[in-house]
Amino acid sequence: MKNICFYFQIHQPLRLKKYRFFEIGKDHYYYDDFMVEDRIRQVVEQSYLPANKIIADMIRSSNGKFKCAFSISGVALEQLEQYAPEVIDSFRELVATGSVEFLAETYAHSLSSVYDTNEFERQVKLHSDKILSLFGKKPTVFRNSDLIYSDEIGEKILEMGYRTVLVEEARHIMGWKSPNFLYNHSWLNKLKILVRNVKLSEDIFLRFSNPSWTEYPLNAEKFTNWIAETPEDEKIFNIWMGYESLGYVQRAESGILDFFKAVPYHAMERKISFALPSEIAKKSESVGPLSVPYAMSWWGHEKDLSPWNGNDLQHEALTKLYKDGERIRMCTNKSLLRDWLMLQTTENFRYMSHKSAYGTHYETSYEAFMNYMNVLADFLERVESQYPTTIENEELNELLKTINDQDKEISELREEVKKLKVRKAKVSEK
Amino acid sequence: MKALMFGWEFPPHILGGLGTASYGLTRGMSQQPDMDLVFVIPKPHGDEDQSFLKIIGACNVPVVWKENSWDYINHRIGNMMHPDEYFWLRNGIRYDFNRIHTNDLGCIDFSGRYPDNLIEEISNYEAVASVLAHQMDFDIIHSHDWLTYPAGVFAKQISGKPLVIHVHATDFDRSRGQVNPTVYSIEKRGMDVADHIMTVSDLTRQIVIEKYHQHPSKVTTVHNAVEPLHDVESFTKTPRKDKVVTFLGRITMQKGPEYFVEAAHKVLQKTSGVRFVMAGSGDMMHAMIDLAAKRGIADKFHFTGFLKGRQVHEMLAESDVYIMPSVSETFGISPLESMQVGTPSIISKQSGCAEILTHAIKTDYWDIDAMADAIYAIVKYPAMYDSLRKLGKEEVDNISWYDAGLKVRAIYDSVL
Repeated sequence: MKNICFYFQIHQPLRLKKYRFFEIGKDHYYYDDFMVEDRIRQVVEQSYLPANKIIADMIRSSNGKFKCAFSISGVALEQLEQYAPEVIDSFRELVATGSVEFLAETYAHSLSSVYDTNEFERQVKLHSDKILSLFGKKPTVFRNSDLIYSDEIGEKILEMGYRTVLVEEARHIMGWKSPNFLYNHSWLNKLKILVRNVKLSEDIFLRFSNPSWTEYPLNAEKFTNWIAETPEDEKIFNIWMGYESLGYVQRAESGILDFFKAVPYHAMERKISFALPSEIAKKSESVGPLSVPYAMSWWGHEKDLSPWNGNDLQHEALTKLYKDGERIRMCTNKSLLRDWLMLQTTENFRYMSHKSAYGTHYETSYEAFMNYMNVLADFLERVESQYPTTIENEELNELLKTINDQDKEISELREEVKKLKVRKAKVSEK
Repeated sequence: MKALMFGWEFPPHILGGLGTASYGLTRGMSQQPDMDLVFVIPKPHGDEDQSFLKIIGACNVPVVWKENSWDYINHRIGNMMHPDEYFWLRNGIRYDFNRIHTNDLGCIDFSGRYPDNLIEEISNYEAVASVLAHQMDFDIIHSHDWLTYPAGVFAKQISGKPLVIHVHATDFDRSRGQVNPTVYSIEKRGMDVADHIMTVSDLTRQIVIEKYHQHPSKVTTVHNAVEPLHDVESFTKTPRKDKVVTFLGRITMQKGPEYFVEAAHKVLQKTSGVRFVMAGSGDMMHAMIDLAAKRGIADKFHFTGFLKGRQVHEMLAESDVYIMPSVSETFGISPLESMQVGTPSIISKQSGCAEILTHAIKTDYWDIDAMADAIYAIVKYPAMYDSLRKLGKEEVDNISWYDAGLKVRAIYDSVL
């Protein structure tokens, strides 16, 4: 039996405000709240809420047979909690049906998997805790920001306890291989790999409303037929996209929501069922290893990391950002730690790209760079004032440890003093 | 195809951007095999590069019939024009121009500059155009800038050949909106009579359409380009402690020098190790020296006075940032020149060249904050400097006059 595996990504960057260099050292708030709220409300109203409603309907009318997965970055969750808590509620309702699964990822939708493994680990944990606290379930399947993946990252993912990972169908990796099977890590058999079916995914989020497309208009019957007509042994159809494709990128007027609504009926008619990533990984057997020596992603034609680190500007910004990771993680200042996360969001770097700055609010890549570097300069100054670079990391660690230990000791001694005082009082009473 | 061009300046003796653009365009067009160019200017100096086109000096064209011997002509103007050509052109005199003051050869003494009696000089240029139009053989007339529109119009009326005019600037750009009615009427008449109008940027095209009421289908943008520098390697940057930010151009209202001083003030409040240079001269120079002193940055703010020829490129190459905060600039070729020698540019969005440049920083001319921010970023972040330097040079090296020439050719073909 063939399975369709739907997965939707929700992520919105916390956009930086215009931050001039003369504000460095004076202004420590970096975000354009107005724009952030405006953007998130827009997608919430045009996409997330109506789409959630449709998906709830689909689950109900198919008796729970329709299933899909979501990955919501920590950054996006924070924004939803603040500006659109009704979306969180509506996701809770979806979770209650049992047909929806959340995926693990980095909290900040960051490139930490490539630049800073310790940070990577920390963020995945942060994210998984956040999902647990909001929805009461711990994710078991991993998908990295923008599906960035390499053998090395895969190894780390397995080490963190995830057995399944989602990757992109990149030509240079797949070659003649079909995405419609389950694969495993290059040398670690335990890590299962699901591959996105780019053609079917793009048919929906890219071409659905394009009248010059030869298959226009696309309807659910045609779509499920394509899947049904594939060779017998191809069983898994991974159709993954940004959630805003439903109603925002593809406008509601295009009929995209009705299209989705009709999918379960036609799928069942053609004996196609739906499955969650975690189920597929359990149910199916891997057909072989997938070797990914260099990191790949789901962006652009090259499907590599060039949208984020392809030019000198991006390279400089990333190097400066991750240089002090270890030190920053020693900080206890909450606002500093939050800024550290927000500054890592991939969009900050993609907006500096000369070729694919999709969704940018800057006029040019240079403007994006200038603004980011000014913010980063202020941030690093704050880190520096907390922990001056004159002290080595190890020394600092020692000092912090001593302070911690002394704190502990002081509180223990205080306890003891208290106890003794009580005892003394009792003795004197007698 | 034979084109008769009327211009006002031609290198090496130039006063503004018009001469540079005329040279570049004609050179680019001359690479088309069947292109025959005759370029008329009021007063050549004899050392112009004539390898790819023929230059006729209006000051050597007789407009009043005078009898002179071959040897005398050879003695007088032989270094610039063959006496036979003088006699041949003399046959083109059909009108009585005795009212105009002429010399012993029947020629008019042009200054070739922008004198106080500019309007008179423009109409004298018309007289020369009539002689040329009667005597010479050509397919199309091409007039560069308003000074030569009357000449082009007259030549068209006489010969019946199509006229295209090339708008390098309009009076709206030169005067921040306070147009001179005489100049406007000359410009307007030229545009009305022309068969097609070429502008150096979309910005100018819009002005021509809106302020001069031309039909959009008659106006086409042909962006300027920049001549490749053959000795680009010879311009080097001497290593020095302080970064140098340069403004280069006429220090006049149009170029927005005061915004540069204010941006410098902003930058210097926050950081040291940056010096600012204002190169050039102009009517606002003293006001700018005062302003720099008033802001208390005179120790980091330097004036060089007028630079010419090689000095210009040397100054650009020695700089870390070139800035052009022009209030209005129909095209503005100097950022391209600065990028050629590898110096990042900051330009105002009100400049025509902003339309074709990606690897330059663009700000509004009045946005001192953005300008200061860009200066700061380029001097502080090596990646910014390196990217702009490398990609900017690549970009500029790919803008060629040859391509611009092809566009002009297509316009010629469309009106013939």
